[in-house]
Amino acid sequence: MDKISTENIDLKIKLLEDFNNLEVNLNGESKNNIHKIRQDAIASFEELGFPVKKMEEWKYTNLKPVFKHDFKTVFEPAKTQLKRKDLEKYLVEGLKVNLLVFINGQFNEKLSSIVTRSEKIFIGSFSEGRISFNDVIEKHFSKYADYKNRSLTALNTAFAKDGAFIYLKKGVQVSEPVHILNIADASADSVMIQPRNLIVAEEGSDIKIIEDYYSLGDNHSFTNAVTEIYCAPNARLDRYKIQNDNDKAYHVGTTQVQQEQDSYFSDTTISWGGAITRNDLNAVFNGTNTECHFYGLYLLNGKQHVDNHTLADHKMPHCYSNELYKGIIDDKATGVFNGKIMVREDAQKTNAYQSNGNILLSEDATIYSKPQLEIFADDVKCSHGATTGQLNKEEMFYLRARGIGKDEARILLLNAFAGDVMDSVKIDELREKLREELSKKLIK
Amino acid sequence: MLEIKNLKAKVETDEGGKDILKGLNLEVKAGEVHAIMGPNGSGKSTLASVITGREGYEVQSGEVLFEGNDLLELSPEDRARAGIFLAFQYPVEIPGVSNTNFLKTAINEIRKSRGEEVMSSVDFLKMIKEKAKFVEIEPEMLSRYVNVGFSGGEKKRNEIFQLAMLNPKLSILDETDSGLDIDALRIVANGVNKLRTKDNAFIVITHYQRLLNYIVPDYVHVMFQGKIVKSGGKELALHLEEFGYDKIDEIKEEAAV
Ligand SMILES: Nc1ncnc2c1ncn2[C@@H]1O[C@H](COP(=O)(O)OP(=O)(O)OP(=O)(O)O)[C@@H](O)[C@H]1O
Ligand SMILES: [Mg+2]
Repeated sequence: MDKISTENIDLKIKLLEDFNNLEVNLNGESKNNIHKIRQDAIASFEELGFPVKKMEEWKYTNLKPVFKHDFKTVFEPAKTQLKRKDLEKYLVEGLKVNLLVFINGQFNEKLSSIVTRSEKIFIGSFSEGRISFNDVIEKHFSKYADYKNRSLTALNTAFAKDGAFIYLKKGVQVSEPVHILNIADASADSVMIQPRNLIVAEEGSDIKIIEDYYSLGDNHSFTNAVTEIYCAPNARLDRYKIQNDNDKAYHVGTTQVQQEQDSYFSDTTISWGGAITRNDLNAVFNGTNTECHFYGLYLLNGKQHVDNHTLADHKMPHCYSNELYKGIIDDKATGVFNGKIMVREDAQKTNAYQSNGNILLSEDATIYSKPQLEIFADDVKCSHGATTGQLNKEEMFYLRARGIGKDEARILLLNAFAGDVMDSVKIDELREKLREELSKKLIK
Repeated sequence: MLEIKNLKAKVETDEGGKDILKGLNLEVKAGEVHAIMGPNGSGKSTLASVITGREGYEVQSGEVLFEGNDLLELSPEDRARAGIFLAFQYPVEIPGVSNTNFLKTAINEIRKSRGEEVMSSVDFLKMIKEKAKFVEIEPEMLSRYVNVGFSGGEKKRNEIFQLAMLNPKLSILDETDSGLDIDALRIVANGVNKLRTKDNAFIVITHYQRLLNYIVPDYVHVMFQGKIVKSGGKELALHLEEFGYDKIDEIKEEAAV
């Protein structure tokens, strides 16, 4: 019992009570397999407690400020005044998508729209998905994200109720991307939201997914998201996670990817805002000859804090992973990059590369960059590197000597710095939107 | 157009600074070409840096007037917008910024500062096509990142291409001829000659008479230890080429001080 953490005890008690209330209202569901996982998960959360700074993985990220707010319980129905036209600004102009809208974690069918209709595809909410694809969900749900050792994943799992469920049967290629739009509406109260997404791409299927997060209102929001992604042999999946929260928002998100043989997965994680953000992205290569790309960009100012933790877990031989994370940090903001490449004993002929580059725009800006390589196989090619610097003075002068103003020159150079991460976005319309957002954010 | 009076400047160093320009005088009028020669380290590039406003140099006394206005109080971009252009001795590479995007931004920033309309994409492309011919630059190079992977000669040519695009009043060419092969030298020099008008002016910094066979200067100045110690017509360059700096009386005198 001495393992039980007493930090942030009030919120913890409240969450445990919430869980009890949830169980009371579950009726018939309480006997099924998924609910058994929930019970395991809440027990695990009870034991682990919230992450604290003394844990190695949370050394630079302090969640304490999050817990001082009085969050509304997780299962209150989301009150929203949002209309379709209010969503315009969150959409990608000119891009036809399958739109799934979640407000405070709850699926909003009215605001959502599905354009790809096929027997071989399911794009919708978790709760809907369970009606026709319960077997798929039971097969994959919580099989990848580690709720036994990671307390926030445990918490999410315990409360997992809604989120996106995407299922592609063998060989389907979906040309219209799926856009999972998450809005935290804290206009009435401070809210705590636990989206849970599951994406299952069967053999040879192909899809692109946009998962973005926005927050509204003057109160605080705390989003604790978990996305599990399964790539069957030869499946191809591109995922773009964009976090565009306001400065009242806290975001913790875990993405757990399982890749089977010959599959391809590429992720681009973009952090524009939020008070405290923590992204965990883990991919496990469970088959040979997989290909995996991690791209990331964080642009921080004020007192923002963004922490990106990634893990490329090479369990099998002949896999390729490549990672490129870039950060632009201004004012008193703090960035954390912790990227780990794990090459296990059997993973011969691994190719794994990683790099992290940062530009600090102010003297008070901070970056903690920690690339880690753990190699237990002998026939591998791995490299990693991290750079931190300021804007290049020679380049600045060259631009200014051609009549380009200081601000504009800065924007040009920072856009250039972010260019290779931007180029990883394969959806043209989305890339344009992100470029514009970047330029807008670079204007002082 | 440009008047420099008794200019004294030092470069900021860790040891607190080093005097480089030690009382320099120069006047350049519209329509003129001035060549500045002088041994390594005499301060030619420093002069170019001070005129264009590079950080790290401190003007201690003297004046630099451009069309009658104090240049030294302007930012580098405002000097460029006023019509000053430096073809760099060592052009920098800027990964991630394409030549075209860079030039378009520069042209439009200059236009905006003058209260003019931004240039349409069509006009811009037409201009690129026309000016690229000037310095015989491959249009393919323009879609590449600024100077990245360019050979030494290509970088210099790109400087003159930018000059042609921005059409400045006063151009300073800092050793644009170094690193150019014989053909490129001719192409670049011809480009410059075509850009000469009665309204603009050029300061050509060079070590070699050869360039001045193509770009014929109205005046040749010899710079030594931070001052212009001798001025003359184009024949001075020939004289220098033949006898070297150490045969110049003024240099002998300065060196003896
Ligand atoms: N940043 C600096 N720090 C220290 N010394 C400098 C700096 N910049 C210039 N100098 C010195 O100032 C002097 C003049 O340099 P400058 O580059 O102006 O010469 P130059 O006439 O252009 O020479 P070159 O013909 O070799 O190009 C040199 O002695 C040089 O070492
Ligand atoms: Mg020089």
